[in-house]
Amino acid sequence: MPTAHDVILRTLADPTRRAIFERLCRDGEQTVGALKARSGVSQPAVSKHLGVLKQAGLVRDRHEGRQTHYSAQPGALAPLVEWTIQMTRFWERRLDRLEHLLKRMDQ
Amino acid sequence: MNDRAAETRSVVVEREIPFPPEKIWRALTQPHLIAEWLMENDFKPAVGHRFNLRGEWGGVLDCEVLVVEPNRTLSYTWDFTHAEAAYNLKSVVTFTLTPTHAGTRLRMEQIGFRPDQKQAFGGAKAGWQQFFAKLEQVVARPE
Repeated sequence: MPTAHDVILRTLADPTRRAIFERLCRDGEQTVGALKARSGVSQPAVSKHLGVLKQAGLVRDRHEGRQTHYSAQPGALAPLVEWTIQMTRFWERRLDRLEHLLKRMDQ
Repeated sequence: MNDRAAETRSVVVEREIPFPPEKIWRALTQPHLIAEWLMENDFKPAVGHRFNLRGEWGGVLDCEVLVVEPNRTLSYTWDFTHAEAAYNLKSVVTFTLTPTHAGTRLRMEQIGFRPDQKQAFGGAKAGWQQFFAKLEQVVARPE
């Protein structure tokens, strides 16, 4: 049973897909056409990548007339950074203890 | 950076510490001192030595010494096996000591991956580390 974590990592392991997601994070909502123009891959390929990103909860779509606009769901990345944040906190606390110990130690 | 590092997540914590590297090295390598700041252990500063770190929460980490360069670099594996795959972790912890005029710059880097994810990371390679560096900013942004 893949976790949310696994799904996000697998989804973003593809460089083209990751580039599309990064672009949406950086530049905000865009249409498939606009993404295609800047990614250098075909429109069906872009649509397919967007479908995978959507399935992973990383992007959402909004229909307006005949156009579909895609935007990033940055909150979806939370499970991914959790490990890093937790471990950073852990090590900060342990190194505080190390510094206290060094003050108590003989030279 | 080797392929493995590029495929992983890493945590880096750096400190300026007003003591010489020799003193910090003792705290990093003598079991009774390690116990005071990190965890109970049966560590020995010998490459290939296998040991455990026992956390206050009851967890036990499986470790193996990888690098011992006295007063400079200490590296060991830091693996955690859990019945629930999501908590499994394989990682490597490396301490690097650099003398400064005021004492020592201590750098702790932990690089980790989950075994079942290694293959999934295959396509990522370069750019991955940089990408992770940006993630926190992205996540901090309001929806």
